[in-house]
Amino acid sequence: MAIITIPRKPLTFSERAYLPQIAAGLRITLRHLFKPSETLQYPEERPSIPPGYRGAPTLVMDPNGREKCVSCQLCEFVCPPKAIRIAPGAVPEGSGVEHVEKGPQAFDIDMLRCIYCGLCEEVCPEEAIVLQTQYSMCGTSREEMVNHKDKLYEMGGTLPDQHYKWDKKKAAEEAGNAH
Amino acid sequence: MVDFWFSLPLVVQGLLKGLAVILVVFPMSSLCTMAERKVSAWIQGRPGPNRTIVPWAAYVPVIGPLLQRMGLFQLAADGLKFLVKEEPVPGHVNKPYFTLAPLIAMIPALTTVTVVPFGAYLSGGQVVPLVLANVDVGLLAVFAVSSLGIYSLILAGWASNSKYPFLGGVRASAQLISYELSLTLAVLPVFLWINAPGTAGTLSLAKVVEFQSQPGFWGGTWFIFTMPLSALIFIIALFAETNRQPFDMPESESDLVGGFHTEYGAFKWALFFVAEYANMIVGSGVFTLLFLGGWNPLPWIPLATLAGWLHLGGHPLILGLLSIGIFIGKIAFLIFFFMWVRWTVPRFRYDQVMKIGWQKLLPLAIANLLVYALGIAFLTK
Repeated sequence: MAIITIPRKPLTFSERAYLPQIAAGLRITLRHLFKPSETLQYPEERPSIPPGYRGAPTLVMDPNGREKCVSCQLCEFVCPPKAIRIAPGAVPEGSGVEHVEKGPQAFDIDMLRCIYCGLCEEVCPEEAIVLQTQYSMCGTSREEMVNHKDKLYEMGGTLPDQHYKWDKKKAAEEAGNAH
Repeated sequence: MVDFWFSLPLVVQGLLKGLAVILVVFPMSSLCTMAERKVSAWIQGRPGPNRTIVPWAAYVPVIGPLLQRMGLFQLAADGLKFLVKEEPVPGHVNKPYFTLAPLIAMIPALTTVTVVPFGAYLSGGQVVPLVLANVDVGLLAVFAVSSLGIYSLILAGWASNSKYPFLGGVRASAQLISYELSLTLAVLPVFLWINAPGTAGTLSLAKVVEFQSQPGFWGGTWFIFTMPLSALIFIIALFAETNRQPFDMPESESDLVGGFHTEYGAFKWALFFVAEYANMIVGSGVFTLLFLGGWNPLPWIPLATLAGWLHLGGHPLILGLLSIGIFIGKIAFLIFFFMWVRWTVPRFRYDQVMKIGWQKLLPLAIANLLVYALGIAFLTK
């Protein structure tokens, strides 16, 4: 391989004298001195959260107020740090959505283990688990840092999607053309 | 009041005056540490320390938050922390010398203040300088005492008995010896100029200011205009003497951990820190006196003229405070300049420091001296 000699420009007199260069530097730092500060005063000012941000994972309800999770446990399987624990159970009689058959009895996300990777959201076939904007969690014990089902729904709220997948399925079943 | 003051023995008067000056210089040096943090923050686009506040101050409407934003309570918190935190003394150090070093750092830093005049007032049309000891050796005393400060660095480096402080101490001694020469040579033209042949010679700093307050164009010219090269060499050497960036070889955090004060903590470390700033204040004071006209407000406008305009000739107290204010203002600008340079220029390598000192600055200082000696001889022939 050939050696490539890079020509180095000799320093000009002002560069060798060094002081004009220092003066130029001083001019730059003086300009910065009068510039407004870039600091975000954190607890009082919060950063704006960009779309697609991966904050705390939460459970969401559909616009009818039905819990979307069908406790398929895919998120539990895919979760790399094993932060999710699901106890599947039947949907209680008389709730009007018995045709869904399954729902989570318990759904725990250990926020001390969660790495906010978003794989649970990606894998969920029901769009029931969503990473939202909350990024600051704190507690004084390990138990406190585990989000239980009610807390997850409280944080999650309702996802205003228009799929109504289970309603359509029920309507199809009643019309006699179930898959 | 005045009679009571003059009835006191001279020693007591001197002690009280000395105490008063120390009580001003010491808080000024600690204020400088906060100024350093603030200036560095502003240059880097940060607000700097702006959170600390004591509860009672939080209730004062405008002043409380303003002081909080200026970081003044942070300064108090830092000082308190240094006083009350545990003072670690590593097991491997030479304890007596280890303890002695910070004290030796403070002594020359505060001693040099005695011969630095910091203001003036008018007494019967005569300008009388305010100074603790108006001695004829003035500048010589400053140089002699301030160069003792280096012993504290060497002692700290050696007594710490570990490699980084030792290297820091060695660098400090080499650097200070190298730059002391240029520093002294740079001020010689000033004294050649004010000590006209045939008159009584003086090294008094007050006389230098007096010389810069004469009437007329050449009389009122500050020496920074007539001897810019001297001023430049002096300020560069001053950076090196006070171990400021870009010459902070003895500390150089990135390659020597903390340099000579690596093993120090708590109040001993704070003493080194304050001594460094006290040295800077005195150095800036000497630079102001020599090249920036001391307590004269503007070039070609001496203090006496200003007093005439403001009719302050008969109010020595007000005029004295005004002149001290002017003097401290100039020092404050120089301190800001020190910080400004620190956050602009990266540190020199050790060999570069030596090269600049011996191969650039010293020959330049000698040439400068020769040119001015010949010029002055020609002019005063």
